[in-house]
Amino acid sequence: MRPAPFEYFAPRTVEEALDLLARHGDEAKLLAGGQSLVPMMNMRLVRPAVVVDLNRVAALGAMREDGGRLHLGALVRQHALERDGRVAAAAPLLAEAAPLIGHLQTRARGTIGGSLAHADPAAELPACMIALDAVFHLRSARGPRACSARDFFRGLLSTALEPDELLAGVEVPGAPAARAGHGFAEVARRHGDFALVGACAVLALDAAGVCRHARLVIFGAGDGPHLVRAAAALIGERPAAARLAEAGRAGAAEIDARADLHATAEYRRRVAAGIAARALQRAAARAEAA
Amino acid sequence: MTPRPGSTVHDVAVTVNGAERRARVIPRLLLADLLREEWGLTGTHLGCEHGACGACTVLVDGEPTRSCLVFAVQVDGCRVDTVEGLAGPGPGLHPLQEAFRSRHALQCGFCTPGILMTLVAYLRLHPSPSETEIREALSGNLCRCTGYQHIVQAALDAAAAGREAVPAP
Repeated sequence: MRPAPFEYFAPRTVEEALDLLARHGDEAKLLAGGQSLVPMMNMRLVRPAVVVDLNRVAALGAMREDGGRLHLGALVRQHALERDGRVAAAAPLLAEAAPLIGHLQTRARGTIGGSLAHADPAAELPACMIALDAVFHLRSARGPRACSARDFFRGLLSTALEPDELLAGVEVPGAPAARAGHGFAEVARRHGDFALVGACAVLALDAAGVCRHARLVIFGAGDGPHLVRAAAALIGERPAAARLAEAGRAGAAEIDARADLHATAEYRRRVAAGIAARALQRAAARAEAA
Repeated sequence: MTPRPGSTVHDVAVTVNGAERRARVIPRLLLADLLREEWGLTGTHLGCEHGACGACTVLVDGEPTRSCLVFAVQVDGCRVDTVEGLAGPGPGLHPLQEAFRSRHALQCGFCTPGILMTLVAYLRLHPSPSETEIREALSGNLCRCTGYQHIVQAALDAAAAGREAVPAP
């Protein structure tokens, strides 16, 4: 299997990349780590006439932390999330999820921006970014704009990106309160496989142990990551195990679960309830210990 | 006459196993094909050709990389290490290869180069892995002879031999 012919450009700056996108529009595909795009090209599921390789745009590969906020360039490799201490400190949810993204070889090459722009429904990073309430920075020759993680994802392999736009970076806010915790759980057939169902959560408690912030995202089950509406019911409550289990069940009920070769819709819904509760319990335990 | 799309050639210079090599490539040429077809480095094997089996793993600037998912034009100026360079110029084997031999960690040998290159990079960063950690590190490499047990044993042996050779400070 080999890709169909294409023209190749390797810009050095974001501006050059945006010019190429403006010129070639939907004829062009942006190439970052290539861990999703190149398999699709090899199988000829996509046949872009033009490939714009972002790997030489140094400005997109930077990571920086200021005042607890983490700024991740789109080209930061996924393995940096597991290796860089700044991620573990500012966004421990990302550090915990990172080893579950694909395999050693794919994380070495795969990028944060690539995973987010590809928007696979079973991918870990889109779900984590929604749980963390991250802000995505989009750029085109027309100008920059910002978009919340929640608004960025539009369903199966679909995002808010226009054909002439690129995802330049992501800004992850710090913990929502002093007593905050995160939780992550997923079910996959083997380590590194796409998750059949996964969930991540961020909870924050006040000094009295009452929940003041609750975000729960279920992924892998439907056409995209789902921010659970029912998690709002936890606010003002103590995170007792029974309440968290109830929120997990309510979250699973909100999902339009899909069926495929790997699992039935019913299986995904049932597992989602338990996995969501587990993510919430881990978040609550961390927040209580904080 | 307008050239056929995709026929524009690009010159690349790559340091392969320590020696500089040059080639003129079309954009759609995969790194694996450059290594195998142009340069005769057929130790790198192509299994699935879509990034699932790990047989084509090489090191690009020291990082384990699936060479079926990288275009040759992308590695211009990079360092690429393949299984051919593992043992070095002498007659002996690399300690990892030695461990694979003594543990019978290969049957048909098709997956072996990709597994060796993955482990070389992994053990460099994790000199004292547990068996579980080795299995996780190898989750992206498929062996269809299903001989994982010996592969994991060989990796543990090589890690122990590496720690002996370079005592912890």
